[in-house]
Amino acid sequence: MGMETESQFHVLAVDDSLFDRKMIERLLQKSSCQVTTVDSGSKALEFLGLRVDDEDPNVLSTSPHIHQEVEINLIITDYCMPGMTGYDLLKKVKESAAFKSIPVVIMSSENVPARISRCLEEGAEEFFLKPVKLADLTKLKPHMMKTKLKKESEKPAKEEESEVSKPEIKEEEDPSVIEILPLHQELESEKLEPLMSGGNKRKAMEEVISTDRSRPKYNDITTSV
Amino acid sequence: MDLVQMQKSLQDYTKSLFLEGILDSQFLQLQQLQDESNPDFVSQVVTLFFQDSDRILNDLSLSLDQQVVDFKKVDPHVHQLKGSSSSIGAQRVKNACVVFRNFCEQQNVEACHRCLQQVKQEYYLVKNRLETLFKLEQQIVASGGMVPAVELGF
Repeated sequence: MGMETESQFHVLAVDDSLFDRKMIERLLQKSSCQVTTVDSGSKALEFLGLRVDDEDPNVLSTSPHIHQEVEINLIITDYCMPGMTGYDLLKKVKESAAFKSIPVVIMSSENVPARISRCLEEGAEEFFLKPVKLADLTKLKPHMMKTKLKKESEKPAKEEESEVSKPEIKEEEDPSVIEILPLHQELESEKLEPLMSGGNKRKAMEEVISTDRSRPKYNDITTSV
Repeated sequence: MDLVQMQKSLQDYTKSLFLEGILDSQFLQLQQLQDESNPDFVSQVVTLFFQDSDRILNDLSLSLDQQVVDFKKVDPHVHQLKGSSSSIGAQRVKNACVVFRNFCEQQNVEACHRCLQQVKQEYYLVKNRLETLFKLEQQIVASGGMVPAVELGF
């Protein structure tokens, strides 16, 4: 299997605060990721190649000049931003046919359970409480690996694909459930066992729809073809 | 003062900041992000913090001095300051901001004025201490030495 761990992951980081951008950029670099930072959700969409129709903000069109050379493996965004919030950005990405498979992580300095579950339900892979630590970023690798694997192994048989991705699903799913709890990271890993059998809404949803973790909400999942 | 003495001074000084609760473990996280490729990361980020905070504290003073205090303006400033102080490990500033925000929520102008004073006090304290810390580091580097990694045995 072509697991190219040598090629770097490229992360798009979104935060309106210069200070926070500098922090997340350094954190990501230290985690061996290439980073592009932007200061707003709309700039993030622009970078991805999505144009927002001014007349009707609900209409997203793909710009003729998509950044095909720049493959983004993950978007990490602040929640509280003026104009387009991180949640708004998350929605727009997940609603876009071209980019919905890009994993999105939300950061916030406020621990609001309702906010966290709303983001996770909308498709965010993780919710990090600020200040984000180096240890938090180790959780990103599984999500980013999936996008690489998906692109490399365009296997026609879906069963083959689920075999490839399934072992990762259980591992990375529960950490995102655990993020809801304001526990220290080290403690959280000990909580994996009891939570695995929990009746998590998203987990149930995904078992029904597909084993393809990166697209929890859509039925048009034929990655293969 | 020879190099070894300077390095010991720096270590002791840094330890004291942690013991006094002026800095918390988040500051260690910052130091972990500094390496040969980014040798000035900590001072860069801290400088940004100082610039941001000076501006915010100024805005807060102005906002609280208004006839009618607009808490919709005050709260986001305190929120931002709480966030950045938390990110660099300025524990006492962060804690003062938490108290400040509570009084913002209650729209208690007098208490907010007191909070602002408290935040300023803690801020100037950590600013002063960090500036001293950086000076000690610079002296060591200027003498051809290496800044020792922080070893906290407590």
